[in-house]
Amino acid sequence: MTRETSRRAALAVLAAIGFVFSAGPAAAYTVYVSNEKGNSITVLDSKTFEVLETLPVGQRPRGIMLTKDDKHLLVCASDDNTVQMVDVATREIVGDLPSGPDPELLNLHPSGSPVYVANEDDNLLTVIDLNDKKVLAEVIVGVEPEGVGVSPDGKIVVVTSETTNMAHFIDTESYEITDNVLVGSRPRFAEFTADGKHLWVSSEVAGTVSVIDTETRKIVKKIEFAIPGVQPEYIQPVGVRVTKDGSKAFVALGPANRVAVINAKTFEVEDYLLVGKRVWQLAFTPDQKLLFATNGVSNDVSVIDVPNLKVVKSIPVGRAPWGVAVSQE
Amino acid sequence: MQARKCDDRPGPARRLRFQYIRKVRFGIWPVIMALLLALAPRPSLAAEGQGGAGAPGPDAITTIPIGYLKQEVKRPIPLSRLNTEPDDLGMAGAAIALKDNNTTGLFTKQKFALDVERVPPGGDAVQALKTLVASGHRFILVDAPADVLLRLSDAVKDQDVLLFNVSATDVNLRQKDCRANVLHTAPDRAMLADALAQYLVWKKWPRWLVIKGVFPEDLAYLDALRRAAKRFGGTIVEEREYEETPGARRSDTGHQQIQTQMPVLTQGAPSYDVVVMADEKEVFGPYLPYRTWDPRPVAGTAGLKAASWHPAHEQWGATQMQNRFQRFAKRFMLPLDYQAWVAVRAIGEGASRIGSGDFGRINAYLRGDAFDLAAFKGQKVTFRPWDGQLRQPIIIAGAELPVSTSPQEGFLHERSELDTLGIDQPESECKFQ
Repeated sequence: MTRETSRRAALAVLAAIGFVFSAGPAAAYTVYVSNEKGNSITVLDSKTFEVLETLPVGQRPRGIMLTKDDKHLLVCASDDNTVQMVDVATREIVGDLPSGPDPELLNLHPSGSPVYVANEDDNLLTVIDLNDKKVLAEVIVGVEPEGVGVSPDGKIVVVTSETTNMAHFIDTESYEITDNVLVGSRPRFAEFTADGKHLWVSSEVAGTVSVIDTETRKIVKKIEFAIPGVQPEYIQPVGVRVTKDGSKAFVALGPANRVAVINAKTFEVEDYLLVGKRVWQLAFTPDQKLLFATNGVSNDVSVIDVPNLKVVKSIPVGRAPWGVAVSQE
Repeated sequence: MQARKCDDRPGPARRLRFQYIRKVRFGIWPVIMALLLALAPRPSLAAEGQGGAGAPGPDAITTIPIGYLKQEVKRPIPLSRLNTEPDDLGMAGAAIALKDNNTTGLFTKQKFALDVERVPPGGDAVQALKTLVASGHRFILVDAPADVLLRLSDAVKDQDVLLFNVSATDVNLRQKDCRANVLHTAPDRAMLADALAQYLVWKKWPRWLVIKGVFPEDLAYLDALRRAAKRFGGTIVEEREYEETPGARRSDTGHQQIQTQMPVLTQGAPSYDVVVMADEKEVFGPYLPYRTWDPRPVAGTAGLKAASWHPAHEQWGATQMQNRFQRFAKRFMLPLDYQAWVAVRAIGEGASRIGSGDFGRINAYLRGDAFDLAAFKGQKVTFRPWDGQLRQPIIIAGAELPVSTSPQEGFLHERSELDTLGIDQPESECKFQ
């Protein structure tokens, strides 16, 4: 109690002077937020929480990701049917990837290439070599593919299809689908744990998160949520992030305006953090001290202090923030 | 697709099998697919020989035929050309859902087929239904007036057949005339009127001048409006009747007459906020906007309408649905298309979840707590166990854009806010038979 109280007091003081050192000095990373309706990327400083710049990009930017060398930001410009490459040094668009129609979310092979892009309108996963920007493969998946997860060893890519309600396991060598796991309705996001043992898949309409054993390809736990005073149909899980040490998972619950905190060992929901309206995607800073959450309806980003499980700041960004990515340095 | 001999079956009704039509419409699509398959290094459909979910045997493919029975009805030409009914209305929605089901089916080893029986006006719908049932169809979408639907339901009462009412909005089908073998994906008049009323009350336009037509459908909608006013705090300040019988849509003097008639029709009313039309056949309703005596908005069967779908609805992933549909049907998606889409997707969802084409298990699954369907409405849609009605958010829209979606914030319900729309369990008169 006393420790908690003093910590709170310390936090308040720190917040008052405009810095957050809740868990030691925070490194300054660059945070990128795609604004789906603003057709822009907001660039933030993770230390000062200041908006550094707003970059105009293509239409309906949704999924975003930094390349492994941190030099380029990949932006799914869904309505322009392309993935744009932004040079993070000059903050200019320097190229496009042949993503195929309506790219929504993407992910990278651990080696840095290829990039896997879900084409929501076309029931495809497009695989693109980042070095020569050539399409390596197009894998036919279920209706409305969205979430893309890549296993830490790079051997499996998983695509979730929103209308088919499956997680498709695809071999990254052969591009063959090896397994299809039925999950709850409208699966949105797929996140492998760092040890590669589990795959977490959020189901927006079913209101659940399925934890799949990557060995057996069976669901080992379907996590459900209940928030006092919130009607169950508003609990719509979307973004999922699991800490590197495998201890905690965070799930954005959409119009429930909460981020669920889950014990990733026992799968018990431990807390619900109140954030902005229609919370969508999540991204950790590399030191995992902060978690950024996009709030699509309130047009802001909530900053969560991970060790203390507190929302410490909300930062106004562009219209309908959707995706979020954080630099390595 | 598995070949089934049905195109050459004699009978009064025309039968179409949609996958053949699809091939024609999608002329270029198989070519593109073949190209993709050829270009990708080692692509796969992964349907064969893999441990797909719910597969009954290593190589067995389950075929689930779905029927679509359309009782054609003679209708007057609508006042607006924009409201001309497409020939494939509803059927195109079912066909696109079939495609969705079959994409999923690639992974679950299930194949869905869609066979359409079109019964001409005055034709024998019961015979057409029996033909569908005799050829193995257990799940059948029905686009027919309420009396025909009831005859169809009774004709297959003791068989393993589930009908989906995709078009009839009659409240009695969910009340005293409810049937155990019918699920309704069409919202009824009570749901539509409640959805509109909630929006008008939320907007603080609670005083309504009702202009009603003379047809039974108009009076049925009026009943729903009266009920909605009472439930949500609206007031009908006056009901006026428009007695003009439908005439020729095009006439040289039509314009000028209407320009003077409509103001007079709405003249001298008690203070009101909005005109609410009860003119389901659209005999005169579309004439009212911008012609009322007082400057007031128009809602109901004209102007601001409540419907299950709108061609410009793009929230909650609907953009993808609209794109898919437009590419396929070469036109906008309309409410009846959506209602048919939901029915076919519900069947597909049931089959994929239980991993079988078994009629009894799918039928039970659709009605149970485990069933939910993602249907581009921002929350799951389900069937009410007490009357078989689909629970669904209702879109409130003008001609060009949606304005809102009901239920509105603040209309609370102990179980689901969706149950504030239409006939709730405590008031249900439905005793399944």
